[in-house]
Amino acid sequence: MNRISEFFIGLLFGWGLLISGMTDPGKVLGFLDLAGAWDPSLAFVMGGAILVGVAGFAVAKKRTRSFLGAAMHLPTSRDIDRRLIIGSLTFGAGWGLAGFCPGPGLVTMGSGEPKAALFVAAMIGGMALFEVLDRRAVSQPN
Amino acid sequence: MSIDWIHFTPWTALIGGVLLGVASAAFILINGRVLGISGILGGLLVPRRGDINWRVFFLLGLILAPVTLSWALPGVIAAPRIEASNLAIVAAGLLVGVGTRYGSGCTSGHGVCGLSRLSLRSLVATMAFMASGFIIVYVIRHRI
Repeated sequence: MNRISEFFIGLLFGWGLLISGMTDPGKVLGFLDLAGAWDPSLAFVMGGAILVGVAGFAVAKKRTRSFLGAAMHLPTSRDIDRRLIIGSLTFGAGWGLAGFCPGPGLVTMGSGEPKAALFVAAMIGGMALFEVLDRRAVSQPN
Repeated sequence: MSIDWIHFTPWTALIGGVLLGVASAAFILINGRVLGISGILGGLLVPRRGDINWRVFFLLGLILAPVTLSWALPGVIAAPRIEASNLAIVAAGLLVGVGTRYGSGCTSGHGVCGLSRLSLRSLVATMAFMASGFIIVYVIRHRI
């Protein structure tokens, strides 16, 4: 049951990205380009998502088990630290450079777009680089 | 600032956004997981027993979204406009990969789920990646 649900929720999320237009880097960059001809669509995407999400997470916070009986893996960290801020600034720079964030990159790769596949390959490389750097930082405390 | 009325699509943006919200709510309520793409993918690079399949099945659904949507609703998918060169794409991918893992999330995990949870930490992360996105696009389109 869990596997079926995970698959279809992935599919639904992908459909949402495609219908919203967020799989088109031109549209994402149109939102990020405040000084040019601004396309506010992404704000409507976030608005629609958060409207539903707030209700969903309000229910989720009160539960100790999911509908299928799984543990609730809600984030516990509240730290606002250098890692969070530098990491997010770095992510935003990459996002603005090409107009892809992780979800739309994977979905557009699924459309058979070679540049999206290249983006995903580099992104996985970046994630692997993080694992190496992070492990080194942990094993060599200064 | 001027509004790009030609490309502005409030209705499909809102409908697509609602679907993202429904998927995120369903994932936490049904499977007990936060729908954050960078975390789901990144977790596969350090695989732990019993922590692999759910990630693979979710990502499989995500990647099959274009094929299934074009069967269900032909013509609804807009062709992606990709201006970036291959070099810029590779640099962008590296920055997104490293950045999302250090920052523990991306547009889905912090932007959609984190803000829906009313998490201050995710609000700070979202403001940070939005700000650097705005700045990079400003520099590339208006200063170079």
